[in-house]
Amino acid sequence: MAKSSAARKSTAKSSAAREERKKLSLPAKMTITLHVNGVAKKLSLAPWTTLLDALRIHIGLTGTKKGCDHGQCGACTVLVDGRRINSCLTLAVMKDGAQITTIEGLAKDGALHPLQQAFIDHDAFQCGYCTPGQICSAVGLINEARAHSAEEIRELMSGNICRCGAYPNIVAAIEQAMSRKPASLPKGRA
Amino acid sequence: MNNFEFSRATDVADAVRQITTEPGAAFIAGGTNLIDLIKEGVTKPSRLVDITRLGLDRIEDTSDGGLRIGALVPNSDLAYHPEIAKRYPLLASAILAGASPQLRNMASTGGNLLQRTRCFYFYDTTTPCNKREPGSGCSAIDGLNRMYAILGASEHCIATHPSDMCVALAALEARVLAAGRNGERSIAFADFHRLPGDTPQIDTNLSKDEIITALELPPDGFAKNYSYLKNRDRLSYAFALVSVAAGLEIENGMIRQARLVLGGVAHKPWRDREAEAQLSGAPAARESFMRAAETLLNDARGFGHNDFKIELARRAIVRALSQAASGTPQSQIDKRVR
Repeated sequence: MAKSSAARKSTAKSSAAREERKKLSLPAKMTITLHVNGVAKKLSLAPWTTLLDALRIHIGLTGTKKGCDHGQCGACTVLVDGRRINSCLTLAVMKDGAQITTIEGLAKDGALHPLQQAFIDHDAFQCGYCTPGQICSAVGLINEARAHSAEEIRELMSGNICRCGAYPNIVAAIEQAMSRKPASLPKGRA
Repeated sequence: MNNFEFSRATDVADAVRQITTEPGAAFIAGGTNLIDLIKEGVTKPSRLVDITRLGLDRIEDTSDGGLRIGALVPNSDLAYHPEIAKRYPLLASAILAGASPQLRNMASTGGNLLQRTRCFYFYDTTTPCNKREPGSGCSAIDGLNRMYAILGASEHCIATHPSDMCVALAALEARVLAAGRNGERSIAFADFHRLPGDTPQIDTNLSKDEIITALELPPDGFAKNYSYLKNRDRLSYAFALVSVAAGLEIENGMIRQARLVLGGVAHKPWRDREAEAQLSGAPAARESFMRAAETLLNDARGFGHNDFKIELARRAIVRALSQAASGTPQSQIDKRVR
């Protein structure tokens, strides 16, 4: 069967657009799907868009914070397929098809995630800017199951800087959440 | 970031083809260093070739009793792999001494070898730097050079290689497997990274058209007597001022074989075979360790702010060898040095 005239038109249109881009030498945008907090998000992104900018600017989830934007502070920590990573050093196009969990995706059915509750219980923040990254990182930490003492929590949370210095309370909050049964926390492959 | 094209490599041959056909192209795996370099304008690739879907993520036994590590195994998976923890704890320890859990979850094995120096001037595009812009000069020699090299530097560059993992790989005599247009080859770890000389812009002996596919570890992992001791300005998540990878084989109190490699002091992991030879056959005692430190640091030279590193290195060598000899390796959790 011949293509419908609408399809022909759209092919012509997109090839014209491609030619235009070539003239301007602008790399093409790429269409990808990110599964963010369980919802599929189809996005058309320039290849140099970081996962952090995709989440904040293109999807509008501003819970994930931009601190240093260089992988030195951990404020941008999210979980990709259950593993904690720095979203500022990740290209969104490289995570096409991945499951992304951000701070907005942790509460379930109106109930706070045990780590969110623990951070409140222990007053584990002051200004709160690093908190989404701290909490996502702590979810990753618990998934990884490598930390069994306060000392190990401190070392394995060292990728998250808190300028207010709430560290003792952050460790206490994580200890509280860790003492609960791990089944209540999202599982990752780590 | 500069505007770059993006494509995915379907297999190793395709990756090599893509990198060969476009001179400005670069491979990307974990991206932990490369994305940062692009953001800073230090590197401006015309295309990134995504190699993360090539497989190359297995850890398997080799026929000679060693291990082969796929180039795309994430640093954290490598450090916590049961065979690495059991047979090559020096490597596991060095990996866990570096970066943060998030970065280790992202960073690849091959990428760790290819990360670039964290020299402030290399990153600051407003200053001269021979590594970034050959012939422009070295700002570090007369600049703030506290973090810089004390061994093997040149008048053109005094930057250091930032990796912890590579220090252990050098001590373990790993081999780097690379594929390129002319087929595959295996590179001894000592021959992989380069000293700056008058071409500090070239970090390694890997050609532009080559891709690291795997590392191979020989059977002997020095699992009984080893230590990775890292000295830095804060206890975690900081690059080394001086780090030491020590591996010993001891029989009846005498050293049969020794490995001694320093990190944070040179343009590449700094191994001194003369110091190692001196240790072989010597008693596993402090005097032997001090002699080895003297030998290794014989040609060490500071540039002002980093003069203290020479004495720090001397003490760190003696301490790491003592830790190795007594079978009490440095913990990467409890950072107190004993």
